[in-house]
Amino acid sequence: MSWGLREVTVTRGHTEALAGVTVPVDRAGVTVVVGGDGAGKSTCLQVLAGLLKPSLGTVLRPQKERIGYVPATAGLYADLTVQENLDFSASAYRLAGRAWWQRAMALLEQTGLGPARHRLGGQLSGGMQRKLAVAMSLLHAPVLLLLDEPTTGVDPVSRAELWRLISAAAADGTAVAVSTTYVNEAARAAVVVLLEAGKTAASGTPAQILDGFPGRLGVMDGAERPAPLSWRRGVTWRVWAPEGALPAGARPAAPDFEDAGVAAALAGQRAALAGQRPGREG
Amino acid sequence: MVFKEFRELRRDRRTVAMMIALPVILLVVFGYAANFRVSDIPTAVVGPSASQAAALLNEPAFHVSEIDTAAGEPAARDLLRDGKAVVAVVTGGSAPLILMDGSQLFSVQTAETALGKMAATTRVQPRVEILYNPDLSTSWVMVPGLAGLILVFIGTLITSLGVVRERQAGTLEQLAVMPFRAWEVIAGKIVPYLIVAAVDLVVIVAIGMGVFHVPFAGNVGTFALGAALFLLVTLGMGILVSTVSQNQGQAIQLAFMLVMPQVLLSGLIFPVSSMALGVRWISYVLPLTYFIQISRGVMLKAMPISDLWEPIGLLAVLAVVVLGLAVFRFRRDLAPSGRKERAAARSEEPVAS
Repeated sequence: MSWGLREVTVTRGHTEALAGVTVPVDRAGVTVVVGGDGAGKSTCLQVLAGLLKPSLGTVLRPQKERIGYVPATAGLYADLTVQENLDFSASAYRLAGRAWWQRAMALLEQTGLGPARHRLGGQLSGGMQRKLAVAMSLLHAPVLLLLDEPTTGVDPVSRAELWRLISAAAADGTAVAVSTTYVNEAARAAVVVLLEAGKTAASGTPAQILDGFPGRLGVMDGAERPAPLSWRRGVTWRVWAPEGALPAGARPAAPDFEDAGVAAALAGQRAALAGQRPGREG
Repeated sequence: MVFKEFRELRRDRRTVAMMIALPVILLVVFGYAANFRVSDIPTAVVGPSASQAAALLNEPAFHVSEIDTAAGEPAARDLLRDGKAVVAVVTGGSAPLILMDGSQLFSVQTAETALGKMAATTRVQPRVEILYNPDLSTSWVMVPGLAGLILVFIGTLITSLGVVRERQAGTLEQLAVMPFRAWEVIAGKIVPYLIVAAVDLVVIVAIGMGVFHVPFAGNVGTFALGAALFLLVTLGMGILVSTVSQNQGQAIQLAFMLVMPQVLLSGLIFPVSSMALGVRWISYVLPLTYFIQISRGVMLKAMPISDLWEPIGLLAVLAVVVLGLAVFRFRRDLAPSGRKERAAARSEEPVAS
């Protein structure tokens, strides 16, 4: 791997925030770290950014000047305008001359923030704020871009625009790591690392994770939850049978990546409950 | 609602401590410091009859710190200007000359009362000359000190929010990833306020001179040097508070704790020399104590820099200590945590191609 975490463990007090997690982040690719709240996604990115030191494991990262990072919070200055936020980012990374200005203009164009150049960061919508934060982190053309839940709480249109930005950065050769709670977003990644309670529930390409779907998947109708290992998808229920025996009334269905992600997370929860370590890595 | 508030309060231990312990501490400290009855006024007696005159100064208000039979009036004036004495008795003439430092308002008023009592019993009618503030104007004494106090309030309180605001907004994490050094961030936080506070100071002093007719007898450069160091300490204290606070409420509380003692313990109102020893040491770690010595010294007494090296030097030391602590503390926010575990981890940071 170009950059990333190798068997990293992070201990906070008596709890393990990460336990032997490997996150490869390759050049010109997008790695998505997906998981629920408290799964350890932000910790992964903070270790990659150098904000946290792991207690065990190896971290591969470029020098500070070559990292772009957007935290899960705003990631911009609410009392500065869009342009002033970009100016600050440029001065922080000692960017000078026409090149950065042209890059700033290009990013404003890409993000659609051009007309809002003179608006205060705090007056922008949630989606625009996230786009500005990403633009700020891209201004110095980092080799490693770390985005902590950039699409959380963002409307679908802005989310699509954000992913266009992320894909464009990867296409330019940047190694990108993105954390998200939305499993469907992971489907577009080159590498997916699915975390559950600080442990790797599944990892690999989306196709590998889909291929490794254990057991069978069924679809059921009804208002009540049909089984413990089930989840809502549209108007129907998805029922997962790890051992292969679907409950009565369930129609067999082909799992997609989202199903594979949810099933992997549930498997992780079951393993944690059983006091075991989930053993499946794609 | 009441229970909810109690539950929240219980978890904010620093606020509970402030609410319970602070009033007690402040009352005790201020109780010892607030003393309108001035005693132990530093007094020098010079001239051929200095020893006899010193023996006559048996009032408890005076503390004869220097007796010099060889010295004359010019030496006595120097002692007052340099702040080594507040009252100087010059013997040798037809009647003793008593010089008093008018910038020490309460001390001079107490000395006048004591001298009045002595004159009634000894039938000695000395000539009295009050220097630097002949009309014993309160504003002449207060304005140079108040200028500092106002800047302590504004500077420390405002800068105390600087880092904690970034922490709460989440931008501190981003700053930590950016290629900044701790001192660069601290300097970035201080410089704008330093400039604004310097302009503030000029305006305050100008108003003091224009409206209250306070003189500016000394060197502007000396005053500027003292003021710059004082502002650095004051703003640095705010930043230091900010680096150790988790939220804006904590920052304001802590800043208030640093600002409040400066009102009563800096010598602005009560002379430091009259404070109980138990609280006097606090005065010596407060920047306003030294700024007041500089501002009164320059504005009222035209003290040259050579006589003010002590407060200027101590302000410089305070600036280094306070800013050093702020940078040290802030480095922890910028650098990765988990230092104890560092040995176990292996971090590779190759240079990106």
